Amino acid sequence: MKSDVRPRGLTPRTRRGVTRWLLVLLLAVLSLPFVFPTWWMATSSLKPMSEILRRVPTVWPQDPSLDAYGRVFTLQPFAQQYWNSLYIAVLVTLGTMLVAAMAGYAFARIRFPGANALFVLVLVGLLVPSEVTIVPLFRIVNTLGLIDTHWPLIVIPVLGAPAVLAVFIMRQFFLGLPVELEEAGRIDGLGRWGVFWRIAVPLSRSALGAVAIFTFLKSWNLYLEPVVYLSSKKNFTLPQALTQYVDAYGGPMWNVQLAATTLTVLPVLVVFLLAQKQFVQGLAHSGLKG
Amino acid sequence: MAAASAAARRDRLVGYTMVAPVVLGSLAFVVLPLGMVVWYSLHEWNVLANTFTFVGAENYQRMAADPGLADALTATLWFSVGLVVVNIALALLLAVLLDQKLPGTTTFRTFFFSPVVVSLVAWTIVWSFLLQADGGINGFLGALGIEGPNWLRHPTTALVAVVIVQVFKNVGLNMILFLAALQGVPEELHEAARLDGAGAWRRFRSITLPLISPTILLVSIITIVGSLEVFAQIDVLTGGGPGSSTTVLVYYLYQQAFRFNEFGYASALAVLLFLIVLVLTLLQWQSRKRWVFHEV
Repeated sequence: MKSDVRPRGLTPRTRRGVTRWLLVLLLAVLSLPFVFPTWWMATSSLKPMSEILRRVPTVWPQDPSLDAYGRVFTLQPFAQQYWNSLYIAVLVTLGTMLVAAMAGYAFARIRFPGANALFVLVLVGLLVPSEVTIVPLFRIVNTLGLIDTHWPLIVIPVLGAPAVLAVFIMRQFFLGLPVELEEAGRIDGLGRWGVFWRIAVPLSRSALGAVAIFTFLKSWNLYLEPVVYLSSKKNFTLPQALTQYVDAYGGPMWNVQLAATTLTVLPVLVVFLLAQKQFVQGLAHSGLKG
Repeated sequence: MAAASAAARRDRLVGYTMVAPVVLGSLAFVVLPLGMVVWYSLHEWNVLANTFTFVGAENYQRMAADPGLADALTATLWFSVGLVVVNIALALLLAVLLDQKLPGTTTFRTFFFSPVVVSLVAWTIVWSFLLQADGGINGFLGALGIEGPNWLRHPTTALVAVVIVQVFKNVGLNMILFLAALQGVPEELHEAARLDGAGAWRRFRSITLPLISPTILLVSIITIVGSLEVFAQIDVLTGGGPGSSTTVLVYYLYQQAFRFNEFGYASALAVLLFLIVLVLTLLQWQSRKRWVFHEV
């Protein structure tokens, strides 16, 4: 059946229109479990405990208050914990970008004996989930006297297994970069470092951006390592701190916990909405690891 | 000639300098710990009792006879299978829907992707709140006249809950990968099939599915590997319970090491986890090779 011999009556077109709107409706229903939790988190953080425990939930807070937000900061050194997460994530991101750009460039561009063997050695990191090496790493950190400090949360991600994916992505990028672009710099008398800093790095902004996004999020969300390495509340990072809002009987103080959670989530969501394309591309990279 | 080789030597030196941080880091924080974990696994090591004795393969024999590990592997299997099936099916459905150029597609894509950037612990806390016996989900079920279960207190529903929370967190990532694959399917093939009278479902089954099947395989393996590394979700949502119903392998490992201080046995479990991930990752690389070949 050819489409141009089909009768041009209204019915098929209308039917197609109806199908399309039904599909849109389906999409709207499917988005509920993705969007509703965030909404519920933000609104519940404005409710007093009595309203949270009510049998029939209220979709909109009836008596909104910021009390829970105040208690977030009095029950724990939350500002300090926020700062911990932030400065650790920034340092890890900058460190990873530097280390990965250098290694990725060298593995892609510079010929030196043993390059392939060293690259394979580095790739081993992709095969190792952090849970596998957590016991020996804990021993190493303990031996160095760095338990309950931020050092292991900064140094190990920048140099260890988490950085390998970044190295891999940067190497792929530099492999695809035309050599001619660098040759111009060489003719202008730039050495290897000059070419790297002045030409290769500026050209690799998109790949570095992807690395920055997934590295920052990974550090910001890290949970197992802080739980294992840190013991005092003033040193905690956010994911770990969020789980600590419990009352004297170990029951969660939902509104306070959700207020702290909202403070953790909203900035990232806002940045995501502003730079959506970069986030999606950057994280799709990390999803395809290996 | 001499100048050229001097330049080459300098170049080499730059190369070694540039890769030094990550190479030394890999040696210190990947290769050395891997060796240590194998070494530890051959020892009976209790940190509290301060014992460290060589026991050979005893930890591995213990693994074979450990009912706790059998439970953990069963939970891991159910969790991984459930996760991969639901995740792939939903990711594919969302990708196909988003590929229809419907109004609002960009907004919906944002919605589906947004949990990916939300902190895992934060996402899990919110869901834990929603899944309480008197929480939001049961409240709304109640409004519809349905009595919801106490999700996190029954073995089956707890496992289901962990799967669901994880699926909604990460399905957006797989959706994007599928969307890219769908957009790589040549429009002419669809056009030709449409002219031959093939309906939408038939076209999906006979054209789209075979063409994107390498991506499906790849994404499935990535999802399985990811499903083996679910520590935070379990710790926050169920703590491995009720009973040991959601104690998956990584959580069992963590408990043995940091709750019971059985570092030797935990290391043997880590070796097991490493071998499973190794096999799956090699499979993934294999399938990717085929995938790239397919693309060319």
